[in-house]
Amino acid sequence: MEETLVDIDFKEKEEYIINMGPQHPSTHGVLRFETCLQGEKVKYIIPHCGYIHRGIEKMSESLTYPQLLHLTDRMDYLSAHINNEAVALCVENAMEVEVSDRVKYIRTILAELSRIASHQLWWSAFGMDLGALTTFFYGLRDREKILDIFEETTGSRLIQSFITPGGLMADIHPNFQRRVKEFITYFRKKLPEYDQLLTGNVIFRERTLGIGYMSKEDAIDYAVTGPSGRGSGFHCDVRKLAPYSAYPFVQFNEITYTEGDTYHRYLVRMKEMWESLNILEQLVDNIPQGEIMLNLKAIKAPKGEYYQRVETARGELGVYIVSDGAPTPARIKYRSPNFSNLFILNKVSANHKIADLVAISGSLDLVIPDIDR
Amino acid sequence: MTREELTAFVLEQVPDMKAGTNKQFPECIVSAEQINPLTKVLKKNPSTKMDYLFCETAADRNDGFHIVYHLSSSVHAHCLMLKVILTDKVNPSIPTVSDVWCAAEFYEREIFDLFGIRFENHPNLKRIFLEDDWVGYPLRKDYKDDFILER
Repeated sequence: MEETLVDIDFKEKEEYIINMGPQHPSTHGVLRFETCLQGEKVKYIIPHCGYIHRGIEKMSESLTYPQLLHLTDRMDYLSAHINNEAVALCVENAMEVEVSDRVKYIRTILAELSRIASHQLWWSAFGMDLGALTTFFYGLRDREKILDIFEETTGSRLIQSFITPGGLMADIHPNFQRRVKEFITYFRKKLPEYDQLLTGNVIFRERTLGIGYMSKEDAIDYAVTGPSGRGSGFHCDVRKLAPYSAYPFVQFNEITYTEGDTYHRYLVRMKEMWESLNILEQLVDNIPQGEIMLNLKAIKAPKGEYYQRVETARGELGVYIVSDGAPTPARIKYRSPNFSNLFILNKVSANHKIADLVAISGSLDLVIPDIDR
Repeated sequence: MTREELTAFVLEQVPDMKAGTNKQFPECIVSAEQINPLTKVLKKNPSTKMDYLFCETAADRNDGFHIVYHLSSSVHAHCLMLKVILTDKVNPSIPTVSDVWCAAEFYEREIFDLFGIRFENHPNLKRIFLEDDWVGYPLRKDYKDDFILER
């Protein structure tokens, strides 16, 4: 039967609901968007999470601090070192001990390497979400170099549990400094390739410029942190606001844009990789001598409440510990960056096409295990 | 604002507040009825401008449920910690602050899901991680189910 104009008009006005996920490739994990569409336009989105809720906070209540550290790797697995560091710093603050400068330097180097590795994986997958498959091969090729450095020093590639309360699990490998320096030179040559491949690409710019606008007020109100918040002009870099570890010793810029669209959230991460390389360069040659592990008799927080903020690759991670003085915490809360970043999605993707939803959710760089915990 | 000025500001708004012992952030303990008006003032007043709620959570303690708010300002970069103690452990309830910060809507859904604390006037109070027919609230200390491993 031939469709009349009236029929087409009716179809465009009709609202219908499509489930994106929990297995959709663009959600990068098990997350479901209940998407209400009118034609191709998104009316609203309801995110449904909890598919991999493991009860990490409940589990941690029956584990000692060195034990529960291993669970934090499994939240935002791309920032495993930074998650470990958050718990370690929180417990050290509670016990009122300070690690040596050597530990601080190594922690910051590992954290910045994690940030670069995480942004590389995000860049690879973001290009792929938008149909540019080549980015995936470029990104993963270079990320491999960082994982090799991690493997040599920590023994594992993704979830390392290397930074512990009181210091580090072991000293760095003798090759560590040489390898990091080699990586800095190598990646400085490769980053311009990334720009040639994607940043300047006409199709890419068409798909991201002006798409998914997030105002600064919204970013603050929804507590959107990390590169997503900084793309809207929200100065939320914890490394600047409350410097920890070796960040007070280094010079770097906080990258912010005021445009707040998908393209500028992308640019923040690209520029952040350059800044991370600068931080690495300032630290890697100057690692001082010192103790790797403090000699602590028992690792337990005295009675009280402690909070530690750190900047992961995706935003602000907070660790809140309530302690009764026992070896296990009475309550531990992880304020995960992705949990807060997720719920802005409904607001920024309304009235965009469904294909833009993939670009916008990609630009928020969500890691689902960190949302569900 | 410094630590003392912030505590003084809260004391001006809520004369019967108690100062906490937290060393890191200035800590103010207020009652459940005061939390919504107080946070509105803290957000609006140009000298405090607490527009960034970076953490809201709960803890099951001996004297009741503690609801803890960590606030910060995107302009002044100072931090403040507010705490409400709910002594009713069977049917705890507290007014929502989701009309003050949008972020609170989701923090509060998580607290409701895991602690069973009701937030009055919340626009959409339902479970966020667990299934809707889940029995009990896992982060309560007296939570028991058939699969839990006792340590």
